[in-house]
Amino acid sequence: MLAAIGAASIESLYGELVPEAISTGAEKIQFPPPMAEPELLDHLRDLASRNTAVTQIVSFLGGGCYEHFIPAALDAIVGRSEFVTAYTPYQPEASQGTLQAFFEYQTLMARLYAMDVSNASLYDGASALGEAVLLALSVHPERRRVVVPFLLHPHYKAVLHTYLKHLGVEIFEIPECNGRTDYDRLRNAAEQEAAAVVVAQPNFFGILEESDEFERAARASDALLIAVADPLSLALVKPPGEYGADIAVGEGQPLGMRPYCGGETLGIFTCRAAYMRRMPGRVVGMTKDRNGKRGFVLTLQTREQHIRREKATSNICTNHAHNALRATVFLSLLGPQGLLRLARLCARNLALFRKKLGEISPSALVHSVPAFRETVIRLKRPARDVCEKMVERGFFAGVPLDIMGPSYEEFLLVSVTDRRKDEEIQSFVNALKDFI
Amino acid sequence: MSSNTIRFSKTHEWARRDGDQIVVGITNYAVDQLNREIVFVELPEVGKNVKQGETFGVIEAVKTASDLYAPMSGEIIESNMLVSDNPNLVAEDPEGAGWLIKIGPSDWSEWEQLLDSEEYQTYIQSEEHH
Repeated sequence: MLAAIGAASIESLYGELVPEAISTGAEKIQFPPPMAEPELLDHLRDLASRNTAVTQIVSFLGGGCYEHFIPAALDAIVGRSEFVTAYTPYQPEASQGTLQAFFEYQTLMARLYAMDVSNASLYDGASALGEAVLLALSVHPERRRVVVPFLLHPHYKAVLHTYLKHLGVEIFEIPECNGRTDYDRLRNAAEQEAAAVVVAQPNFFGILEESDEFERAARASDALLIAVADPLSLALVKPPGEYGADIAVGEGQPLGMRPYCGGETLGIFTCRAAYMRRMPGRVVGMTKDRNGKRGFVLTLQTREQHIRREKATSNICTNHAHNALRATVFLSLLGPQGLLRLARLCARNLALFRKKLGEISPSALVHSVPAFRETVIRLKRPARDVCEKMVERGFFAGVPLDIMGPSYEEFLLVSVTDRRKDEEIQSFVNALKDFI
Repeated sequence: MSSNTIRFSKTHEWARRDGDQIVVGITNYAVDQLNREIVFVELPEVGKNVKQGETFGVIEAVKTASDLYAPMSGEIIESNMLVSDNPNLVAEDPEGAGWLIKIGPSDWSEWEQLLDSEEYQTYIQSEEHH
């Protein structure tokens, strides 16, 4: 078998996948002796108590994973045994309930993003972007480049790099200019002959981009426009379908998922009808049975790997079923008005924070362009140190931006969602005083 | 049809010579393999260049999808819009109204590499015995 696939040994085959510390150091790992059940539970409780949940501290964390209001009815509904016990609930004979929920999920996403079609979800926003770029490359097989903004979430860039590194596809980055993408450089990117131009809306700094600039850049080179859009922001901001996006993806976590341990995630994937048959993942359709009654089934399966084999756009043959259900119930409970109120509350709280901070230190506010629920602030010392100090004062202060490069060491990304009370915002600003 | 004007590929496309162009479709045998129920056909844009043996589109039946391979190299002169709108036309009349594309061949010597009617019949009989 090794000879047939051209690998010298098992070790060399797995070499790239298994970190050296594990492959060669496994025998050195010292495991503790076995524990009895009560002892083990105490041990696990002890480990868990070392965590600080966002419910135990005032959190301004964000950067792609947010603490938003979740109606209590949501857990009651999605916790029903019919929903939690079914694994791979795709057989129409047995799963009309879940299939209908996915169909409604697709309808909700298509409307929210103003796109023609949605799949039944992927794993997270970052892999949804990876799949979107693969789709664009299948439309333009002769093109070997994608244009992305520097202000795309760094985790998304890393995932995209993993997706593309063995395909010989180059990621061409457009630098930042005052918190937004440098539009002059974006205009010149047309000559890159990219398969796709990616826009992040809002961008990683929480700032709203001029989406039309990206649309123009994509059209100028006949590239596909891929939008990475926050679903909650779409209650306020122009949806991707209205600025010419060919594919629109997003992270569904803000729609009823908690931020614990980096969040339960949900990959939203929508596109224009023209690309429907290249779309990755599962799709549920509505049909009629032989008695003419409405029913739901998986549809367009010829796209998928089990039929299309190596010619399939994607190897994803599943979805994040339970999280897609959470998003469906969340949006159904809030309705369009509720979603708009939630989004407005985020924008209002962010504005309050900026106003309060500006009163004591105008220079701490780095950008003056419209933002959604996040903003960058400038500190007088490394943001990572400040975050540690702020924990002692009862705050998760935000995400240190050194992850964007060493020149951002003293910048902090602060997220102010609907969950923050006015007095929490005031006391947070007071606590920040020493560092700005 | 005269064997001088129609040729076949081993991937079950037919090519009919029409002046300085060829008309391309899939054979009746191919349609049988797809259970005579075509739900979608993806055809190339006019002006695109194709190479002999390379894919120029996709044809989908209810439970399967197949690539379409160009019998000759050249430029796409026309794609059959009737088929894009009504894919099952391919199943109803594969070697007539259900044609797929017209190619302006760049190398007529490739014509000679294709199978004539008799050779194709022999070829599909040997395929069936597999």
